[in-house]
Amino acid sequence: MSVKISMRQVGDVTVVDAAGRITLGEGAITFRDTIRDLAAKGNQKVLLNLGEISYIDSSGIGELVSGFTTVRNQGGALKLVGLTKRVQDLLQITKLYTVFDVYDDEATAVRSFA
Amino acid sequence: MGSVNREKGKRDGTMSETANGAVQLVDELLESSLESVDHAEEEAVKAATEMGFDEEELHKIGIAVRESMVNAVVHGNRYNARKKVHFEIRRSDSDLTIRIGDEGDGFERQEVADPLAEENILKFSGRGLLLIEAFMDEYRTEARSPRGTQVTLIKRKPVSETTQA
Repeated sequence: MSVKISMRQVGDVTVVDAAGRITLGEGAITFRDTIRDLAAKGNQKVLLNLGEISYIDSSGIGELVSGFTTVRNQGGALKLVGLTKRVQDLLQITKLYTVFDVYDDEATAVRSFA
Repeated sequence: MGSVNREKGKRDGTMSETANGAVQLVDELLESSLESVDHAEEEAVKAATEMGFDEEELHKIGIAVRESMVNAVVHGNRYNARKKVHFEIRRSDSDLTIRIGDEGDGFERQEVADPLAEENILKFSGRGLLLIEAFMDEYRTEARSPRGTQVTLIKRKPVSETTQA
Protein backbone atom coordinates (compact mmCIF):
# COMPACT_ATOMS: atom_id res chain seq x y z
CA MET A 1 0.00 0.00 0.00
CA SER A 2 1.31 3.41 -0.95
CA VAL A 3 0.45 6.60 0.87
CA LYS A 4 -3.17 7.77 1.24
CA ILE A 5 -3.71 11.44 1.92
CA SER A 6 -6.80 13.37 2.96
CA MET A 7 -7.15 16.98 4.08
CA ARG A 8 -9.43 18.93 6.37
CA GLN A 9 -9.59 22.41 7.83
CA VAL A 10 -9.47 23.07 11.56
CA GLY A 11 -9.92 26.83 11.79
CA ASP A 12 -7.25 28.31 9.57
CA VAL A 13 -5.01 25.25 9.91
CA THR A 14 -4.92 22.68 7.10
CA VAL A 15 -4.58 19.23 8.60
CA VAL A 16 -3.10 16.64 6.26
CA ASP A 17 -3.88 13.08 7.34
CA ALA A 18 -1.39 10.67 5.79
CA ALA A 19 -1.66 6.89 6.00
CA GLY A 20 0.39 3.99 4.64
CA ARG A 21 3.93 4.16 3.31
CA ILE A 22 6.02 7.11 2.20
CA THR A 23 8.82 5.50 0.22
CA LEU A 24 10.80 6.13 -2.95
CA GLY A 25 8.47 6.12 -5.91
CA GLU A 26 4.73 6.64 -5.90
CA GLY A 27 4.36 7.29 -2.18
CA ALA A 28 7.00 10.00 -2.06
CA ILE A 29 5.71 11.67 -5.24
CA THR A 30 2.10 11.75 -4.02
CA PHE A 31 3.20 13.25 -0.75
CA ARG A 32 5.44 15.86 -2.43
CA ASP A 33 2.73 16.94 -4.86
CA THR A 34 0.22 17.34 -2.04
CA ILE A 35 2.43 19.62 0.04
CA ARG A 36 3.58 21.67 -2.96
CA ASP A 37 0.00 22.13 -4.06
CA LEU A 38 -1.00 23.32 -0.60
CA ALA A 39 1.86 25.79 -0.49
CA ALA A 40 1.12 27.05 -4.00
CA LYS A 41 -2.47 27.75 -2.95
CA GLY A 42 -1.24 29.90 -0.10
CA ASN A 43 -1.84 27.52 2.83
CA GLN A 44 0.57 28.78 5.45
CA LYS A 45 -0.47 26.68 8.42
CA VAL A 46 -0.02 23.02 7.63
CA LEU A 47 -0.29 20.29 10.24
CA LEU A 48 0.87 16.90 9.07
CA ASN A 49 -0.75 14.01 10.92
CA LEU A 50 1.50 10.96 10.58
CA GLY A 51 -0.40 8.79 13.04
CA GLU A 52 -1.35 6.23 10.37
CA ILE A 53 2.01 6.15 8.62
CA SER A 54 3.29 2.60 8.96
CA TYR A 55 6.56 2.95 7.12
CA ILE A 56 8.83 5.70 5.90
CA ASP A 57 12.24 5.38 4.26
CA SER A 58 15.01 7.92 3.66
CA SER A 59 13.22 9.20 0.56
CA GLY A 60 10.10 9.74 2.64
CA ILE A 61 12.15 11.57 5.24
CA GLY A 62 13.53 13.70 2.43
CA GLU A 63 9.98 14.55 1.40
CA LEU A 64 9.14 15.63 4.95
CA VAL A 65 12.13 17.99 4.84
CA SER A 66 11.14 19.18 1.37
CA GLY A 67 7.60 19.89 2.57
CA PHE A 68 8.92 21.72 5.62
CA THR A 69 11.12 24.03 3.55
CA THR A 70 8.52 24.51 0.79
CA VAL A 71 5.90 25.79 3.24
CA ARG A 72 8.46 27.81 5.17
CA ASN A 73 9.70 29.47 1.97
CA GLN A 74 6.12 30.64 1.39
CA GLY A 75 6.18 32.30 4.80
CA GLY A 76 4.26 29.52 6.52
CA ALA A 77 4.94 26.61 8.85
CA LEU A 78 4.58 22.84 8.56
CA LYS A 79 4.33 20.98 11.85
CA LEU A 80 3.99 17.30 12.76
CA VAL A 81 1.56 15.46 15.02
CA GLY A 82 0.83 11.85 15.95
CA LEU A 83 4.21 10.33 15.25
CA THR A 84 4.49 6.59 15.74
CA LYS A 85 7.50 5.32 17.64
CA ARG A 86 9.09 4.20 14.39
CA VAL A 87 8.82 7.65 12.84
CA GLN A 88 10.03 9.24 16.08
CA ASP A 89 13.07 6.96 16.02
CA LEU A 90 13.82 7.92 12.42
CA LEU A 91 13.64 11.62 13.25
CA GLN A 92 15.91 11.07 16.24
CA ILE A 93 18.50 9.16 14.22
CA THR A 94 18.51 11.83 11.50
CA LYS A 95 18.49 14.68 14.07
CA LEU A 96 15.37 16.09 12.43
CA TYR A 97 13.51 16.02 15.73
CA THR A 98 15.24 19.32 16.46
CA VAL A 99 14.14 20.80 13.12
CA PHE A 100 10.42 19.99 13.13
CA ASP A 101 7.84 21.24 15.60
CA VAL A 102 6.39 17.95 16.85
CA TYR A 103 3.20 17.58 18.92
CA ASP A 104 1.55 14.65 20.62
CA ASP A 105 -2.04 15.80 20.17
CA GLU A 106 -3.85 17.69 17.46
CA ALA A 107 -5.55 20.31 19.62
CA THR A 108 -2.24 21.51 21.04
CA ALA A 109 -0.67 21.47 17.62
CA VAL A 110 -3.51 23.54 16.10
CA ARG A 111 -3.30 26.10 18.93
CA SER A 112 0.45 26.46 18.38
CA PHE A 113 -0.17 28.12 15.00
CA ALA A 114 -2.09 31.02 16.60
CA MET B 1 3.70 -4.35 -9.32
CA GLY B 2 5.84 -5.25 -12.33
CA SER B 3 7.94 -8.32 -12.86
CA VAL B 4 11.13 -8.69 -10.88
CA ASN B 5 12.67 -11.07 -13.43
CA ARG B 6 14.83 -13.22 -11.23
CA GLU B 7 17.48 -14.97 -13.26
CA LYS B 8 18.39 -17.43 -10.59
CA GLY B 9 16.71 -18.21 -7.34
CA LYS B 10 17.18 -20.86 -4.74
CA ARG B 11 14.45 -19.85 -2.32
CA ASP B 12 11.87 -22.23 -3.71
CA GLY B 13 14.37 -24.92 -4.56
CA THR B 14 17.02 -26.59 -2.50
CA MET B 15 18.89 -24.51 0.01
CA SER B 16 22.66 -24.80 -0.15
CA GLU B 17 24.95 -24.94 2.83
CA THR B 18 28.07 -22.80 2.70
CA ALA B 19 31.50 -23.78 4.02
CA ASN B 20 30.95 -22.11 7.39
CA GLY B 21 27.64 -23.86 8.01
CA ALA B 22 25.44 -20.95 6.97
CA VAL B 23 22.49 -21.72 4.72
CA GLN B 24 22.03 -19.77 1.53
CA LEU B 25 18.35 -18.93 1.19
CA VAL B 26 18.40 -16.61 -1.81
CA ASP B 27 20.85 -16.08 -4.66
CA GLU B 28 19.35 -13.95 -7.41
CA LEU B 29 20.13 -11.52 -10.20
CA LEU B 30 17.56 -8.74 -10.12
CA GLU B 31 16.61 -6.02 -12.56
CA SER B 32 17.51 -2.45 -11.74
CA SER B 33 13.97 -1.46 -10.79
CA LEU B 34 11.90 -0.34 -7.83
CA GLU B 35 10.04 -3.67 -8.06
CA SER B 36 13.33 -5.37 -7.25
CA VAL B 37 13.71 -3.10 -4.22
CA ASP B 38 10.30 -4.24 -2.93
CA HIS B 39 11.10 -7.87 -3.72
CA ALA B 40 14.42 -7.83 -1.88
CA GLU B 41 12.88 -6.21 1.15
CA GLU B 42 10.11 -8.82 1.23
CA GLU B 43 12.60 -11.70 0.92
CA ALA B 44 14.81 -10.33 3.68
CA VAL B 45 11.89 -9.76 6.03
CA LYS B 46 10.59 -13.27 5.26
CA ALA B 47 13.96 -14.80 6.11
CA ALA B 48 14.25 -12.69 9.27
CA THR B 49 10.74 -13.68 10.32
CA GLU B 50 11.65 -17.36 9.96
CA MET B 51 14.67 -16.72 12.18
CA GLY B 52 12.41 -15.29 14.88
CA PHE B 53 13.41 -11.62 14.87
CA ASP B 54 10.80 -9.42 16.59
CA GLU B 55 8.63 -6.82 14.86
CA GLU B 56 10.93 -3.89 15.53
CA GLU B 57 13.97 -5.74 14.24
CA LEU B 58 12.03 -6.86 11.15
CA HIS B 59 11.23 -3.22 10.46
CA LYS B 60 14.87 -2.21 10.82
CA ILE B 61 16.10 -5.05 8.61
CA GLY B 62 13.48 -4.14 6.00
CA ILE B 63 14.52 -0.51 5.91
CA ALA B 64 18.24 -1.35 5.78
CA VAL B 65 17.73 -3.74 2.86
CA ARG B 66 15.45 -1.26 1.11
CA GLU B 67 17.99 1.57 1.44
CA SER B 68 20.81 -0.69 0.22
CA MET B 69 18.76 -1.82 -2.76
CA VAL B 70 17.85 1.78 -3.61
CA ASN B 71 21.55 2.66 -3.52
CA ALA B 72 22.30 -0.23 -5.89
CA VAL B 73 19.44 0.46 -8.31
CA VAL B 74 19.42 4.26 -8.29
CA HIS B 75 22.96 5.36 -7.48
CA GLY B 76 24.93 2.29 -8.60
CA ASN B 77 23.18 0.97 -11.68
CA ARG B 78 21.25 4.20 -12.36
CA TYR B 79 18.20 2.21 -13.48
CA ASN B 80 20.27 0.83 -16.39
CA ALA B 81 18.33 -2.16 -17.77
CA ARG B 82 21.57 -3.88 -18.79
CA LYS B 83 22.94 -3.78 -15.26
CA LYS B 84 21.79 -6.23 -12.62
CA VAL B 85 21.64 -6.30 -8.85
CA HIS B 86 23.20 -9.35 -7.21
CA PHE B 87 21.15 -10.32 -4.19
CA GLU B 88 21.93 -13.00 -1.62
CA ILE B 89 20.53 -13.98 1.75
CA ARG B 90 22.25 -16.39 4.12
CA ARG B 91 21.40 -17.45 7.60
CA SER B 92 23.11 -19.26 10.39
CA ASP B 93 21.77 -19.98 13.88
CA SER B 94 22.64 -16.47 14.98
CA ASP B 95 23.26 -14.29 11.92
CA LEU B 96 21.21 -13.05 9.00
CA THR B 97 23.54 -11.94 6.22
CA ILE B 98 22.39 -10.04 3.15
CA ARG B 99 24.65 -9.17 0.25
CA ILE B 100 23.69 -6.67 -2.41
CA GLY B 101 25.98 -5.96 -5.35
CA ASP B 102 25.58 -3.45 -8.16
CA GLU B 103 27.41 -2.99 -11.46
CA GLY B 104 27.94 0.76 -11.16
CA ASP B 105 31.01 2.96 -10.93
CA GLY B 106 31.57 2.34 -7.21
CA PHE B 107 31.63 4.80 -4.33
CA GLU B 108 33.79 5.73 -1.38
CA ARG B 109 32.00 5.78 1.95
CA GLN B 110 34.05 8.73 3.16
CA GLU B 111 32.99 10.80 0.16
CA VAL B 112 29.33 10.63 1.18
CA ALA B 113 28.35 13.86 2.93
CA ASP B 114 27.48 13.62 6.63
CA PRO B 115 23.68 14.08 6.77
CA LEU B 116 23.93 15.11 10.43
CA ALA B 117 26.21 18.08 9.71
CA GLU B 118 24.46 21.39 10.22
CA GLU B 119 24.88 22.40 6.59
CA ASN B 120 23.26 19.14 5.41
CA ILE B 121 20.44 18.72 7.90
CA LEU B 122 17.81 20.19 5.54
CA LYS B 123 18.97 18.35 2.44
CA PHE B 124 16.34 16.21 0.79
CA SER B 125 18.54 13.13 0.36
CA GLY B 126 21.66 11.42 1.69
CA ARG B 127 20.30 9.66 4.80
CA GLY B 128 20.20 6.08 3.52
CA LEU B 129 23.62 4.98 4.77
CA LEU B 130 22.93 6.59 8.14
CA LEU B 131 19.82 4.43 8.56
CA ILE B 132 21.55 1.27 7.36
CA GLU B 133 24.37 1.73 9.84
CA ALA B 134 21.94 2.53 12.65
CA PHE B 135 19.74 -0.49 12.00
CA MET B 136 22.20 -3.30 11.25
CA ASP B 137 24.88 -4.83 13.46
CA GLU B 138 27.42 -4.81 10.68
CA TYR B 139 27.65 -2.98 7.37
CA ARG B 140 30.56 -3.41 4.96
CA THR B 141 31.20 -2.18 1.44
CA GLU B 142 33.74 -3.51 -0.99
CA ALA B 143 34.52 -3.20 -4.67
CA ARG B 144 33.07 -5.88 -6.92
CA SER B 145 35.04 -7.37 -9.77
CA PRO B 146 35.06 -6.33 -12.57
CA ARG B 147 33.04 -3.31 -11.47
CA GLY B 148 30.51 -2.12 -8.97
CA THR B 149 30.03 -2.22 -5.23
CA GLN B 150 28.99 -5.02 -2.92
CA VAL B 151 27.51 -4.28 0.46
CA THR B 152 27.15 -6.82 3.23
CA LEU B 153 24.51 -6.35 5.94
CA ILE B 154 24.52 -8.52 9.05
CA LYS B 155 21.91 -8.70 11.78
CA ARG B 156 22.59 -10.87 14.82
CA LYS B 157 20.04 -12.38 17.12
CA PRO B 158 20.52 -11.66 20.81
CA VAL B 159 22.54 -14.46 22.45
CA SER B 160 19.65 -15.50 24.70
CA GLU B 161 17.45 -16.04 21.64
CA THR B 162 19.95 -18.01 19.60
CA THR B 163 20.10 -20.69 22.27
CA GLN B 164 16.33 -21.14 22.03
CA ALA B 165 16.07 -21.09 18.22
